[in-house]
Amino acid sequence: MLDLSPQQDELRELQRRLTILKIGLLLVIVLLAFRLWHLQVREGQYYRDLSENNRTRSVILEPARGLIYDRNGVLLANNVPSFNLYVTLEDVTDRERLIKRLVGLIGLDEARLRKRLSERGAKLLPRKLKGGLTLREAALIESHRLDLPGVMVQAESQRNYPARLTASHLLGYVGEVSGDQLEKPEFGDLHQGSIVGQYGVEHTYDRFLRGRAGQKVIEADALGHEKRTVEVQKPEAGDDLYLTIDLRLQKLAEDLLGEEAGAIVAMDPATGEVLALASRPAFDPNVLSRELTPKQWEEIVQDEGHPLTNRATQGQYPPGSTFKIVMAVAALETNTIDPTTTIRCVGSYPFGRRLYKDWKEGGHGTMVLSQAIIDSCDVFFYTIGQRMGIEAIASYANQFGLGRETGIELPSERLGIVPSPAWKEKARNEPWLPGETISASIGQGYLTVTPLQMTNLIATVGNNGVSFRPRLIRAVMERATGRLQELPHVARDRLAIKPETLALIQHALAGVVTEGTARRAKSSLVTIAGKTGTAQTVAARPGPEQDLPKKLRDHAWFISYAPTVAPRIAVTVLVEHMGHGGSAAAPLAKQLIETFIKLTPHEPVIAESGSPVGSPMTVMVQQGPHD
Amino acid sequence: MIDRVISSRGPDSFEWRFVAIIGAILSLGLLSIYSVTHAQPGGGLPLYARQMLWVVMGGAAFLVMLVFDYHKIARLSYLLYVIALVLLAVVLIVGKTSRGAQRWFPIGPFAFQPAEFAKVVLILVLASYYANSAREGWRQRVVLPGLIMAPGLLLILKQPDLGSGLSFLAIYVAMLLVVGVRSKALGILLLLALMLFPFAWEVMWGALHDYQRERILTFVNPAYDPGGKGYHGLQSRIAIGSGELLGKGLYGGTQSQLKFLPEGHTDFVFAVFAEEWGFLGVLLLLALFLGLIMLSMEIASRAKDVLGALLAAGVIAMIGFSMVINIGMTAGIFPIVGIPLPLMSYGGSAIVTTMAALGLLVNIKRRRLTLFY
Repeated sequence: MLDLSPQQDELRELQRRLTILKIGLLLVIVLLAFRLWHLQVREGQYYRDLSENNRTRSVILEPARGLIYDRNGVLLANNVPSFNLYVTLEDVTDRERLIKRLVGLIGLDEARLRKRLSERGAKLLPRKLKGGLTLREAALIESHRLDLPGVMVQAESQRNYPARLTASHLLGYVGEVSGDQLEKPEFGDLHQGSIVGQYGVEHTYDRFLRGRAGQKVIEADALGHEKRTVEVQKPEAGDDLYLTIDLRLQKLAEDLLGEEAGAIVAMDPATGEVLALASRPAFDPNVLSRELTPKQWEEIVQDEGHPLTNRATQGQYPPGSTFKIVMAVAALETNTIDPTTTIRCVGSYPFGRRLYKDWKEGGHGTMVLSQAIIDSCDVFFYTIGQRMGIEAIASYANQFGLGRETGIELPSERLGIVPSPAWKEKARNEPWLPGETISASIGQGYLTVTPLQMTNLIATVGNNGVSFRPRLIRAVMERATGRLQELPHVARDRLAIKPETLALIQHALAGVVTEGTARRAKSSLVTIAGKTGTAQTVAARPGPEQDLPKKLRDHAWFISYAPTVAPRIAVTVLVEHMGHGGSAAAPLAKQLIETFIKLTPHEPVIAESGSPVGSPMTVMVQQGPHD
Repeated sequence: MIDRVISSRGPDSFEWRFVAIIGAILSLGLLSIYSVTHAQPGGGLPLYARQMLWVVMGGAAFLVMLVFDYHKIARLSYLLYVIALVLLAVVLIVGKTSRGAQRWFPIGPFAFQPAEFAKVVLILVLASYYANSAREGWRQRVVLPGLIMAPGLLLILKQPDLGSGLSFLAIYVAMLLVVGVRSKALGILLLLALMLFPFAWEVMWGALHDYQRERILTFVNPAYDPGGKGYHGLQSRIAIGSGELLGKGLYGGTQSQLKFLPEGHTDFVFAVFAEEWGFLGVLLLLALFLGLIMLSMEIASRAKDVLGALLAAGVIAMIGFSMVINIGMTAGIFPIVGIPLPLMSYGGSAIVTTMAALGLLVNIKRRRLTLFY
């Protein structure tokens, strides 16, 4: 049966040789088993100890945050070295002792420390206990390190704002990422203790500024202190931002406000670039970017002056007579009146059972629309408001961007209120009262706006009906590529308003400064057009204005642009509780505009002699050249 | 006689013991992969589920290799080898680069590693070469098959993939030993190797990437430790050793769970297993591998022809070598060269090709009795 051919013979021989392979493999497997027995049984305890005290630790290397500059390259935010305190729980032998030592050595808040130590998180990853240690504190910790297992001081960077209170609302501040933030996807690459922008541009452009964290694997000694670096992955710095702000104008705007609460906004009407955005009172972002005690935080939040509120974008005020611009446009566009329609002002306007007063006792007499704007006659606007009705008023207010976001790159912009019967029904569940239309006609009542919205409005008027999205960022410097990326201007709207209407309004606004309520804004350097406003804070007042406690006094408004032809700057001034716009706000705007003109004297700014006001014909075609 | 024919179609011909051992090793591998990766965040299919998918595909490959007569498969071997060489060349140009090596073709979320495929094809091509040649003289026994192997080996080393390259060499040497080398031929080979060694070392060393050189240098001299490359080896030894006799229990491996151990699901899967199962588990696993090898040896020594015997020997060499080197490197007796543990390490290409090779073994066993039909 068996075929004993030579081939079969050879096969048998070959198969015998398989034994070499067999014995070889068997031998090696036995060798492996012996080696593993040695590792696991003979030296098992040793390795078990090693594994239980595994001494490699991973330390996160924080990236340097991107820098922030003004439009001219002046530094607004940078980073300075700072000492931060970390602990690795795995290496802490006695938690109570650690708490006692740290409280004793550098006076950490005990409750806070306890909370921090009991937070969830990896035991092997260092957690930050305190940032911004003083050199003395850092030295104290370092000299007691034998006494503080698991504790380490890491030199990292601390956000610094060299201009301190200047532009604080705009820049914002940074702080540790909160637990709620960490849950969100946009903070996915962050970790407990990461620094993120919490307010202002720091917040809105955090994704640029943040950078990317690196990592360092270290071998720790028995006390958890670094003995040797095993592996380093370098952090990547964030991108730098160039703002549209001119720090010189920003500082001036803030100085002009001085101790008063209020806001000043300056913008380039032809691009929407914000040149200054001041809000007072301010805060020091250097303080807020460090770790605050709950008490410090409470003090800031409960400050009566609300320093954290950015009054330019979050302050909502009745626009007062500045709203008459919207009224005038609406009246002409709806053909309620024409430029020659006359209305007689006798100092008050009776409606229903009430008498609505003009600010000028005895009245302004008979006048046409442009004169009514120049003199800010209330009765004229009561009358046309009554004729148009609230729906038409609300519709034009909305067209001018009131009641909605301007879209500026700052967090929590407020919308203000453009009241209408539908709004009142929804918000208050009450019907609209005819008298409320009268109040709205002079920018009182439910109507509220933000200073930024009004800046946008006056810029649109000066720019012949074209509005831009207000913007704060000029360019981003990409660290990775070294390229400066300029961001394009975004035209938002072109208002559907007849050029004649705008021309008439522009003419009248120039008259406001040359002969009307804002004569104190008249400049010998540049032609200015604008509108004053005085916003009542309370409807019924017990006595004369000057006798009122300050917090009940009126807010002063002035909104303006300059030059009157091809405007290069639009300025809004709002000063809280300072009374009349003409006296309290207009002079500030004038100073700011003059300074701007002096700083950037690129083109002739005084119109031809004779008529300082741009004639309707010359304003037809204009595209403001700007720097 | 009749009994044997019947039995060739009965359970014995399919070799249930063989399948049971393969299944047991695969399961232990899946458990270890699950243990290290189940807590890892990340989108898509988790690694253990992917590995299951690969095992299913490997099962299919196993059955395919079992159904067709291995003689027919061997007839395709040269064609397959040419395809393998082309793939190895193409991967150098368009392949996915990872940690300095270009080894994979990305296929959707998966990656295909042509070197794994090439190993099995090398077994096929060498076995058919020897089966069809007169095997006379050292030229036919050593030089020609060496020339067949060389282009594949060089392409693999170019990637560079030291582990697969060594496997390639091991398959060649093992099959050569089984074929038998006369002492004269062996002497010439050794002499040649010695003469060529400095040159080959120069070429090999130059072809190695920094991380590979460092791994080898670290092994030769543990004190040489730039940037802590001995770290992996140390962490692996700590993982294995700390398992002690009984292990830390499934999912209880602190080394692997806390990510001290790198590559816990691929090259260092044995360390994860050893940490969690202890020395007793390790003995069980070694016994399973030993059982697999012994059953394979039986198949080889009962093969009806030279082709079958050599094919079986090649498969044994491939699996045995990978297993020994992998466990040896995790246990710190060999340098870390990056060879997966057969049937246990995560990796689709390795699982599918290993199972295909095992299918080939069962195929050889099934056909050995058809001689008597």
